Amino acid sequence: MKPPPFAYHAPTQLDEALALLERHGDDAKVLAGGQSLMPLLNFRLSYPSALIDINRVAELSYIRQENGQVRIGALTRQRTIEFSELVRHQLPLLYEATTLVGHLPIRTRGTIGGSLAHADPAAEYPTVALVLDAELVLQGPSEQRSVSAEEFFVSYLTTALALNEIVTEIRFSPAPPTSGWAFEEVARRHGDFALVGVASVIDADGEQCRTARLAAAGVGPTPVRLRAAEDILMQQGVTEQSIQHAAAQAAELVEPDSDIHASADFRRHLTQVLTRRAIQRALERGQEQGA
Amino acid sequence: MSEPNEHSRTRAITLRVNGTECRGQVEPRKLLVDFLREDLGLTGSHVGCEHGICGACTILINGEAARSCLMLAVQANGAELMTVEGLAHQAGEPLALPGKTGPLHPLQAAFWEHHGLQCGFCTPGMLMTAYDLLQTNATPSEKEIRAGLSAVLCRCTGYQGIVEAVQAAAETLRARREGE
Repeated sequence: MKPPPFAYHAPTQLDEALALLERHGDDAKVLAGGQSLMPLLNFRLSYPSALIDINRVAELSYIRQENGQVRIGALTRQRTIEFSELVRHQLPLLYEATTLVGHLPIRTRGTIGGSLAHADPAAEYPTVALVLDAELVLQGPSEQRSVSAEEFFVSYLTTALALNEIVTEIRFSPAPPTSGWAFEEVARRHGDFALVGVASVIDADGEQCRTARLAAAGVGPTPVRLRAAEDILMQQGVTEQSIQHAAAQAAELVEPDSDIHASADFRRHLTQVLTRRAIQRALERGQEQGA
Repeated sequence: MSEPNEHSRTRAITLRVNGTECRGQVEPRKLLVDFLREDLGLTGSHVGCEHGICGACTILINGEAARSCLMLAVQANGAELMTVEGLAHQAGEPLALPGKTGPLHPLQAAFWEHHGLQCGFCTPGMLMTAYDLLQTNATPSEKEIRAGLSAVLCRCTGYQGIVEAVQAAAETLRARREGE
């Protein structure tokens, strides 16, 4: 089908976009890359009376290093992130996850802020933001606040964003250089949403585990941080046995739903298998980094 | 609340398509692919699923492949587009819109040669996606070609001929570059 009629606004400044959002409130939708919103409009699942297209707000598109963080403007395209040397070296997990987001023609338009604000729990970026303890900068008409990824994701397609706020920046702290990482997922077809995905960042020295961070996608209304599984690796060290134990624990921590794509049981099983793979892959990469 | 007439008020847009400057007057909700097909008469880009899955509407926007069903025509104001009609025209001379073609692009020639199409519905999307794939990776492996082309669905060929066509085109383009 075709989109329903809407009033179209294409501000070029963030202030202007925020004023429009304040004016239209709940009747408005912010259009970033459009790779989720445009299908909703085409299917007439969304009927905003006003569309605030932020694609011409150039100040929201950048990748830079500041205060030891990598800061990415919300309108930065996934394609730009994929081909960024800075991201590849400082945030290799974000790079790897980006290559799993849809397909290249989708990543040409799709943005990091749009993906996070859309908050599909099966998408890669929310899980990466969660596992890397990213901070999101939310700008309202008069004030700016920063929230952790953990606070940001509230439920299915629901975030801590107020109606008059826009995500403007995502701040990542790179993991220690001795860390390994992985994003493991199972999807029906290449580029589809994952049935389940698991992200890992592990800093280990031999069997001693300095930090372990794990999160899963597609297993509940938000991405899920697998803290009890992380604790097992931190407390028991990384051994064949503790990895199995952590993977089994991960499957206990998630509450997946059944749908036409996969049963809850299968998703739980995938959580265990993918957690094990994500830990093993991260450890291998960590060793390569240390070597 | 917006006035009802604000919704249907048309906007003037100017953009370059296949090297030619084009102007249009569009309702904001008009999809870019519909503008190309209905207003410019460039029916090479096909409308399939209208939600970014099938890839038949893939064109180049400022040099990068993207879905023209997931963009509004107004968003392309000021942009440089290339559609499948522009591929045959890479040789150089300006292409009259619509309907006139130049010699086939090496990708098109390879699709012909290697049975890269049957019904042809997905072909424009396949060609534009392959074009972008080869400009980001001039020597893709078969696996990389398959991953890249997974952005477009073909229901006829079983993909084998398409993969072989892209491999052959990559060779041709490489030889051409080395010859330069």
